[in-house]
Amino acid sequence: MSELESQVGRPSVPGPRTQKDVFLSVRDLRIHFDTDDGLVRSVDGISFDLRRGRTLGIVGESGSGKSVTSLGIMGLHRSQRARITGEVWLDNDELIGSSEDFVRRQRGRRMAMIFQDPLSALHPYYTVGAQITEAYRVHHPVAKKVAKARAVDMLDRVGIPEPAKRYSSYPHEFSGGMRQRAMIAMALVNNPELLIADEPTTALDVTVQAQILDLIRDLQKEFGSAVIVITHDLGVVAEIADDLLVMYAGRCVERGTAEQVFAAPQHPYTWGLLGSMPRIDREQTERLIPVRGTPPSLINVPDGCPFHPRCPYADVPEDNVTRTVRPELREVGTGHFTACHLPQEERTRIWTEEVEPKL
Amino acid sequence: MSDLTKSPDPVEPLLKVDGLVKHFPIKKGVLQRTVGAVQAVDGISFDVRPGETLGVVGESGCGKSTMGRLITRLLEPTGGRVEFEGKDITHLSVGQMRPLRKDVQMIFQDPYSSLNPRHTIGTIVGAPFRLQRVTPEGGVKKSVQELLSLVGLNPEHYNRYPHEFSGGQRQRIGIARALALKPRLVVADEPVSALDVSIQAQVVNLLDDLQDELGLTYVIIAHDLSVIRHVSDRIAVMYLGKIVELSDRQPLYETPMHPYTKALLSAVPVPDPKRRAARTSRILLRGDVPSPISPPSGCRFHTRCWKATTVCKTTEPPLLELAPAHRVACHHPENAQDQQPTDTERLAGAPTQDEVVRTSE
Repeated sequence: MSELESQVGRPSVPGPRTQKDVFLSVRDLRIHFDTDDGLVRSVDGISFDLRRGRTLGIVGESGSGKSVTSLGIMGLHRSQRARITGEVWLDNDELIGSSEDFVRRQRGRRMAMIFQDPLSALHPYYTVGAQITEAYRVHHPVAKKVAKARAVDMLDRVGIPEPAKRYSSYPHEFSGGMRQRAMIAMALVNNPELLIADEPTTALDVTVQAQILDLIRDLQKEFGSAVIVITHDLGVVAEIADDLLVMYAGRCVERGTAEQVFAAPQHPYTWGLLGSMPRIDREQTERLIPVRGTPPSLINVPDGCPFHPRCPYADVPEDNVTRTVRPELREVGTGHFTACHLPQEERTRIWTEEVEPKL
Repeated sequence: MSDLTKSPDPVEPLLKVDGLVKHFPIKKGVLQRTVGAVQAVDGISFDVRPGETLGVVGESGCGKSTMGRLITRLLEPTGGRVEFEGKDITHLSVGQMRPLRKDVQMIFQDPYSSLNPRHTIGTIVGAPFRLQRVTPEGGVKKSVQELLSLVGLNPEHYNRYPHEFSGGQRQRIGIARALALKPRLVVADEPVSALDVSIQAQVVNLLDDLQDELGLTYVIIAHDLSVIRHVSDRIAVMYLGKIVELSDRQPLYETPMHPYTKALLSAVPVPDPKRRAARTSRILLRGDVPSPISPPSGCRFHTRCWKATTVCKTTEPPLLELAPAHRVACHHPENAQDQQPTDTERLAGAPTQDEVVRTSE
């Protein structure tokens, strides 16, 4: 089996992965919420594999289900309203069917999360150090002193100056970048094998963003963990991700290595995202090429391809198929998948002749 | 705009800002004594020419939003002078400002908090007409509907409430309201940063089209350097209440002179994984922006600058024109002649080049 296949995986093979380097395997994950307005299909069939030492970038706009996916993996959805189906394999343990207590013991130790807004994710009443110490002692029966030493060490590792002094600071005394560092320290205190970062840099300035991305990259190299980075910023994923998963309306529309998706994107939505971004590395373009319209409501997801109302090529495939049949993920290159009805030759032609020259 | 640009003389600026200062006092104790000040904007000068777009970029806390609120006179300046079309508006009262509000309008960042949830779109977009006691030709309703279609909304949505619209549509409503009285100058504070990528592009294109159509002058404040590059003709880079570099778009991005500008540009993530390997070095600034309550002496960037020497700590560099239409406030600029060549002694404690410039793996 080629290397690429093992990275992005093949959909819908239930059961634990035999390959031992695949650490996280998500199989047909669906997360629906019952609301007064109807059933919200936030995540509607997502599958992917992730190996240790690799970084997966999940890209999509607000409401595409990327954060709901990550909370689903972490088992943070157990409310009465969420309906979760599918499988999440963490190494050899399936999490969706496991007891709440079991998932709780994994959370923080084997898998940890960095949230977007560190000010609301850190408790304002406790010192930063106390919160990191607690995260350590929940999973390790050690003396307070040992845990404190560990916390100070972690603060130092994430680049907080004077860690021993900063240990007793409160979150409000930290700047935005320092808070994000403190949260990364808390997430990594137990050496998790899986780290999920949900928009880790969105609230930060560009120079601080560069620092934090660098930090995540360095720490991953050091700890060898698997990392999922969720973001709406294609620039951020290009900086950090090895593999890429593009989400639209709760589904995966394209998946492949970062090189594949950026060099030869296959889905019209990915084209739209690339065309929407002003790029600092290219010649100035006169106009951006936005995706027309707005993302659909997840209660009434359009029939057929959910992207068809916004897709400029919706009428290219014959028999109105884009409006009636839901496209499945198909392999278009080694380890490169897309869910689109456009015939392969047509898609390549549109990309090379119509879309790429304008970017 | 057209009759102004035709004149052979240098174009009279639409907005002229000279030495603008805004300090917010910090009060303490029962007696509310002033114990210090947040020096949000500390002496900035620039012109805005008719028909152009001036982009203002900087990190959070650099005073760019305060600057926007000062030139629209939503805040009272502590010092300095603001002139609009040759008229001093620095200390006009609310009542004296009102006739000018027709000409100077603002677009706000957050489309959720800048629209009254209890008012219909018709009321919101029509408010400027009522406040200014203007009766447009054909009535307010007709004008509002024209404005709605101008910004790409359905005129039939006149009676809907803000919550029925998406973020991008709300931002369009905010734009329609700003354009109601046909302003000369529009100040947009982070107009797209709250929007999704695909919607961002729609709004950027809309602002572009409206400028062509209505001959608007923009001051666009944003933190995103790629967006600023796309929309602006000239760009001002701010750091801790000062303009550190002011230049036309192209020279700023191709030959940035201020080390801070250079660092900002190199920190922008580029959506191209191939460049990750190709990029030779990236400047990684250490730490955070210092507090504007007690900004560093001399050049305010000297605490994070890898080129800092003794003079940087003692003397504030003036904003000088070192290349045609390219002003920079730095003693040791990049891509230009060193302004203090005799001063070579490195500042103790300043980061070294190796610490800051990081070669990618």
